[in-house]
Amino acid sequence: MSGLTASGSMGLYVGTAHGTLARFPLSDDASRQLDPGDLRRAAWMAAAQTGDRRAYEQVLAEAVPLIRAAARRQGVPTDSIDDVVQETLLTIHRVRQTFDPSRSFDAWLNAIASRRAIDGLRGQGRRDRREVNDELAYENHPDGDDATRDTQRAQDDARLHEAIAGLPPGQREAVEHLALKEQSLAEAAQATGRTAGALKVNLHRALKALRQRIEGDA
Amino acid sequence: MSDTSRHEALIQALGEQLTPVRRLLSPWRRTLGWMLLVAVMASLLLWRFGAEPMMRRWEHTPDLAIAAIGALLTAISAAWAAFSLGVPGRSRAWIWLPVPPALLWIGASGVGCLRVLLSGDAHAHTAVDCLFLIIGFSIPLSVLMIVLLRRACPLSPVRTAVLIGLASAGASAVLLEICHSFISTGTDLALHALAVFIVIAVNAAMGGRLLQPRQNLRS
Repeated sequence: MSGLTASGSMGLYVGTAHGTLARFPLSDDASRQLDPGDLRRAAWMAAAQTGDRRAYEQVLAEAVPLIRAAARRQGVPTDSIDDVVQETLLTIHRVRQTFDPSRSFDAWLNAIASRRAIDGLRGQGRRDRREVNDELAYENHPDGDDATRDTQRAQDDARLHEAIAGLPPGQREAVEHLALKEQSLAEAAQATGRTAGALKVNLHRALKALRQRIEGDA
Repeated sequence: MSDTSRHEALIQALGEQLTPVRRLLSPWRRTLGWMLLVAVMASLLLWRFGAEPMMRRWEHTPDLAIAAIGALLTAISAAWAAFSLGVPGRSRAWIWLPVPPALLWIGASGVGCLRVLLSGDAHAHTAVDCLFLIIGFSIPLSVLMIVLLRRACPLSPVRTAVLIGLASAGASAVLLEICHSFISTGTDLALHALAVFIVIAVNAAMGGRLLQPRQNLRS
């Protein structure tokens, strides 16, 4: 199993996946300045550079909270921090040859994570400028199959009934009997006591008035 | 998939793709490698033109020799700074390293310019050649440095590219000294400055694209 076994001015010894010890030189300054966690991660990353997969996965797992902290320091919104983590992990993989085991792993990681966080913030800013407001887009492009269609239809019906109620009595009677109740001219004439001709004229005038009212509202 | 398991999955995928890597050489070693190309170019020019005309010119106008020393130191320090900025976690203060030698280079060139103006010897000649020579020398020097830096991770590509331009222009100015067949005039110096500016500007303009680390993920 990979792990940190010794450190000091002589260097850092790391157990590799193959059961051997690998020595990584650390200067006295570096040994004094780095904290134990940083030393451990530096050793794991050094082992990863030689192909030790277990050490690599360990150092990447420990890197995640450090990346999150770096992203937060740069002002990345909470819901975007995990994207920065992913981008940073990918960048670490691409540039892992640039890590110098005699120096701080945390400083190396922090520089990459901060850069990716800034890139993320810039990308977010560009997207915000390019994209329309979500609310506006939603209003302009409603989904035809969702509940809003029924709501729309109910609103249209209510508006039509309101317009019919606003018609003069003769026209309103013609619409109610001939259109809504679907009565014949004779039935409507009997029900209302008006002549068939008067009903036809009233219906014609009512439809014209309703069309104007509804188109005017729209 | 939750974010935690998303990260775990990515870490596992990266672990599967892990291959041993050759660690990047230290900035001073890479600077030395780049200076090797400058030395090869200088050797070829010295073989072609010889050192005597240059030494004779410097004897008459010591400010040119000082400017050449300033340009050489600028080239070395700018290259070192560029290679240092290519390593994440190194201090950004490296960018200031070439400033003192650059001031020496510019200052000595300015004194030379003033001397020429005072002597009334500002005759024109084929100074445009200097412009093309500096740009011509800078091309292979810039290309080599970009190649060396693409294996690194310059987190500030444009700043790094400016340093590449400065290093290349400084080294080119030194190489030009070897094949300069006449005493420098004000026109020369103006065109030298223009050439240096062009080299730096072109590098800065292309830096962001050229210095992106190469993709080596097996996706």
